[in-house]
Amino acid sequence: MRQMMDCPENARLSRRSLLMGGAASLALWSLIPRIAIAGTRDPRLLTIVLRGGLDGLSMLAPIGDPNYASLRPRLAIPATGEGAGLTLDGFFALNANMPFLHSLYQKREATLIHATATPYRGRSHFDGQDVLESGLGGVGRITDGWMNRALAKLPSAGAADATKGLAMGAVVPLVMRGPAPVLSWIPKTYNLPLRDSTVARLTNLYSMTDPKLARAFAEGLEIDRVALSQASGTPAPAAAKPGGAAGPLPPRLSKEFIDAAEAAARFLSAADGPRIGALSYNGWDTHANEGAVQGQLGNRLAALDGALEALHAGLGPVWRESAIIVMTEFGRTARVNGTEGTDHGTGMAALLVGGAVRGGRIIADWPGLAETSLFEGRDLKPTLDLRTVFKGVLRDHLGIPDGALATSVFPDTAAAKAFDGLMA
Amino acid sequence: MSLRDASVALRRFGLGAKPGDMARIAADPRGFVLAQCALTTAARLDDPELRPSHDVFAEAQTAQRQMQMAKQAEKLAAQQNAPMSAPSASPASPPPSRGNAPPKPMAGLVPGAPPPQRPEVKAGAIRRDAFNEELAARIERGVSTDAPFVERLVLFWSNHFCVSAAKGIVRGMAGGYEREAIRPHVLGRFADMLKAVVHHPAMLIYLDNHVSIGPNSPAGRRGQKGLNENLAREILELHTVGVDGGYGQDGVTNFARLLTGWSVGNLNQRVVPPGTFFYIPMRREPGAWAVLGKTYQGGEEAALAVLDDLARKPATARHIARKLARHFLDDAPPKPLTDRLEAAFRSSDGDLAEVAKVLVNSPEVWEARPRKVVPPYDFAVSLVRGFGYRPKPQELGRLAAALGQPTWTVPAPKGWPDDDDAWMGPAAIRERLRIAEQTARNVDKLSDPRTLAADLLGDAMSEETRQTIARAESREQGFELLVMAPEFLRR
Repeated sequence: MRQMMDCPENARLSRRSLLMGGAASLALWSLIPRIAIAGTRDPRLLTIVLRGGLDGLSMLAPIGDPNYASLRPRLAIPATGEGAGLTLDGFFALNANMPFLHSLYQKREATLIHATATPYRGRSHFDGQDVLESGLGGVGRITDGWMNRALAKLPSAGAADATKGLAMGAVVPLVMRGPAPVLSWIPKTYNLPLRDSTVARLTNLYSMTDPKLARAFAEGLEIDRVALSQASGTPAPAAAKPGGAAGPLPPRLSKEFIDAAEAAARFLSAADGPRIGALSYNGWDTHANEGAVQGQLGNRLAALDGALEALHAGLGPVWRESAIIVMTEFGRTARVNGTEGTDHGTGMAALLVGGAVRGGRIIADWPGLAETSLFEGRDLKPTLDLRTVFKGVLRDHLGIPDGALATSVFPDTAAAKAFDGLMA
Repeated sequence: MSLRDASVALRRFGLGAKPGDMARIAADPRGFVLAQCALTTAARLDDPELRPSHDVFAEAQTAQRQMQMAKQAEKLAAQQNAPMSAPSASPASPPPSRGNAPPKPMAGLVPGAPPPQRPEVKAGAIRRDAFNEELAARIERGVSTDAPFVERLVLFWSNHFCVSAAKGIVRGMAGGYEREAIRPHVLGRFADMLKAVVHHPAMLIYLDNHVSIGPNSPAGRRGQKGLNENLAREILELHTVGVDGGYGQDGVTNFARLLTGWSVGNLNQRVVPPGTFFYIPMRREPGAWAVLGKTYQGGEEAALAVLDDLARKPATARHIARKLARHFLDDAPPKPLTDRLEAAFRSSDGDLAEVAKVLVNSPEVWEARPRKVVPPYDFAVSLVRGFGYRPKPQELGRLAAALGQPTWTVPAPKGWPDDDDAWMGPAAIRERLRIAEQTARNVDKLSDPRTLAADLLGDAMSEETRQTIARAESREQGFELLVMAPEFLRR
């Protein structure tokens, strides 16, 4: 990890050349004796952090809740008609942009979790992500993440790459930071949408405080746009789907999500590659014009669905030994705001998918969306500590004992017992 | 005093805060800047690793000569070997070529001596290496200095008296020029800086005075080239009294005549070390010449006397006062401020430390919100100071160049523009966003953008900016937004 941090460029290059070396390198890997981590199983775990605060009420829509539609005029996922959610259990419906996830659910390879949260109750992205990724009870002096601490507790600690973590991105995300060694990899297109979101925020800031700068910035972006449209004579990526409810996907967004997922799958499926990985997708902070079905959120959910499909395809035979946790720092307000978006909230939705998951179900102790049920009168009230899910997966999937989980991986969480029965 | 004043002290009068700076000087921000006005040697950059500009000149010119001679010899050898003769032809006894006259050996090419070799390091590389070493030292000074106002004065005066590295040997001398002619005087007397500048070979070469010859001088009468007015004109128009300074074409020509003979020693003379100031009496235009109403007898001292007098002209005081106020406060500075600076310049006989103090003590500069767009070079340095992001100096140099301000490579003697429009072009702002992304990726991810924003911007930060950063979607984005905040782009 230290060396990686000091010299990420080299690590990245060597990794890339290893991969680009293609068949030969991968074949070499396959000659190395397989190292079993927990008995005869060889489990994989990938976490995907959706940075910005995913609106769980738009991904996993409580269409059966009597207050849902009225809290969210024009934003709520409709029960029927255009943009209607995909049927789950009648009470919840899945966003129409996620047909692949829906198929996993039907195959009992996806568990959908709702009304959950970390212990964080504030509304800052940084702090929320810190708590989510550190696994600690609150904000403080945070230096490492729970996946890195879990790495150190793997039953077979000491083996080669199998005990290294995998991090996608130029900087190792907090969840994977720590003393245990981590490989990092940067797909070329990774996290481009950060720019879109940054641009929107700057445009807004300049328009409020600095009109001259606002004008120059807008003109600069126009140059960018023209240059981009001239340069993008390249066909959309093969894996890009013709589009779900959101219509054809912006190819850039879709490509970014899929590239990262494919790269992660390649590493995790290699015989002696890393077994635990983390990646994150930015751009979920939908304060204005959220567009849950057709629009920015719809597009992102479709891209996420494409990423899950790419992981499924890329992991191939090891899909049945894989678990993927999709999480975010917090949910969003129950009500739609004045700009057709939602603000920072509390209770969130999360996903647990993979061939190793006992899926086909929804875990939600639903608190309801009535005025009096909302947290602080505005947010979905969390009824499940998300860390219990993490602990359940780490224990039953990776074989990390309860004791280590309650003390070093998630310190001081003896009271928050691991969720039982998450894995097949 | 407040954090607001601290941000003025560190940004308007500095190169950006480092974490902790705001709190450190909050008790007396104005005192922090004023105290720097007494640090008369703080601007000096006497690094023994850095070579005097004349050394670089001599080495580069030697390499250039060697190259010329080697090429000449190679050409000669090729011509001798070409005509159907056996390859045994010895260069010592060239066979007479048929028809054509035998090529003349170049001066210095001794027949029978071993043919001259090409230089190990080409002149271009010598100039480039010197340039890069100087650039690295300058950036390091900007990043590490505890007297950033003094460094800002260096940048201001270096731009006022700019030379351009785009002109041949000046590339190798530009950094040395700044250290030798500008830095010693930024808190000294204007007249001394002016004389040091005009005396400096980099300036004499940049504005062509080293080849200027009085038409009626002994050299001129031998038919050598004539008068070059470039330096004389720019001293009047840009360096001293300004374009409205009351001089006419006669004044320019006369001043150019008085500057004849001010040249640079090259390898051919043995009077002064090559690359240093060299007065050549043979080029002096005889006679007495009037500049701005006063007549000077020619000679080496005459031009010095003109410079001393120009430094005392009221128009010079006004010109400098306006330029300083524009640079440090606003494109359209308030008249009371420029009047005050002008009076300080005149009453102190061009004592630049006094002028700087009056600038710092002016109420206007502490009241205004951040205004001037931070120029690219200063922006690059402020990123390093604020974010602890340490790219190589050359990368920082490229960064400033990408934003339109390649160091020491001004497009014209007028120097870099000092108005907002120049640095606020759409493409440049767009480029700053790219740099912001790069910076954010290299920041310590465990630091907090909200804390850093308060640390770097102090109370100059607007509530809108504070909220925008606090609501960023990720730390990385928080850092990007901080770099792109109006209060970070302006000062």
